[in-house]
Amino acid sequence: MEQVFKKPEALCDVNLHYCPGCTHGIVHRLVAEVLDELEIEGKAIGVAPVGCSVFAYDYWKCDMQQAAHGRAPAVATGIKRVLPDKVVFTYQGDGDLASIGTAETVHAAMRGENITIIFINNAIYGMTGGQMAPTTLPGQVTQTSPYGRDPKTQGYPIRMSEMLSKTDGAAYIERVSVDCVKNVVAAKKAIKKAFQTQLDGKGFSMVEVLSTCPTNWGKSPVEALEWLRENMIPYYPLGVYTDKTGE
Amino acid sequence: MAKVVFNEEKCKGCYLCMTACPKKIITVAKDRMNAKGFRPVEVLEMDKCIGCAMCATMCPDCVIEVFR
Repeated sequence: MEQVFKKPEALCDVNLHYCPGCTHGIVHRLVAEVLDELEIEGKAIGVAPVGCSVFAYDYWKCDMQQAAHGRAPAVATGIKRVLPDKVVFTYQGDGDLASIGTAETVHAAMRGENITIIFINNAIYGMTGGQMAPTTLPGQVTQTSPYGRDPKTQGYPIRMSEMLSKTDGAAYIERVSVDCVKNVVAAKKAIKKAFQTQLDGKGFSMVEVLSTCPTNWGKSPVEALEWLRENMIPYYPLGVYTDKTGE
Repeated sequence: MAKVVFNEEKCKGCYLCMTACPKKIITVAKDRMNAKGFRPVEVLEMDKCIGCAMCATMCPDCVIEVFR
């Protein structure tokens, strides 16, 4: 009997600290599988964010750096410019990338920095206890929007993939989801292409992954995936937003 | 002939694997808990497993190994 599925080599054999059913674990595994398949674990440098995934530096076997809140694209820029032969990626949540780190993200894209960003969008602040995030959907109840987010006073959710796709420097931007097996497979393909874009020297690449936060959404892990499917995907349509890789 | 092996101590009882399994043979172990206090999953009818690895694809904690 042949083993057809096992933990990827690039992922450390530790217990992830995430809550039960948190899809961070799935995306961590997908990134590790891509590092294995492209055989770049030895020359990859990841940048961990602030947020639930702050401990990501303990989970991948490649070199890791932890950045100040939102500054991962700036830190990655520095690493990539000093060590251009390395594969540099950031792993950021929506509070990190779409709120405090918006400037760093937009300008990294504008400069066409040859880095890869894995952006986890779960429409809420996870680590701090479920406050409203820039990506929180209209009507969504959070700790700081107890009557549901009202766009009249709290604004509209930010669509980062659409926004960054308008920048001249962005080479590859895709939005994927991890709500079902089919989408997880598609997500891995997108992450692999993003890393390949960097390896080919084509410029800025980002994969936005629609993700769940069962704990702060107040749902079971299975219900959370259904909620993602029914509410997040209509507002954040999946697909390729920019592809200048010429493939 | 296929089989899945669960690393029960890593299981957090999210049960996403149960929803992904096309044969619906993954169940919650009723007679035991792991050290974390979760009831892990188990497969009692392993002969029905087709080794598609859909359970392992959805598992956030790399609990599942698949053999075929």
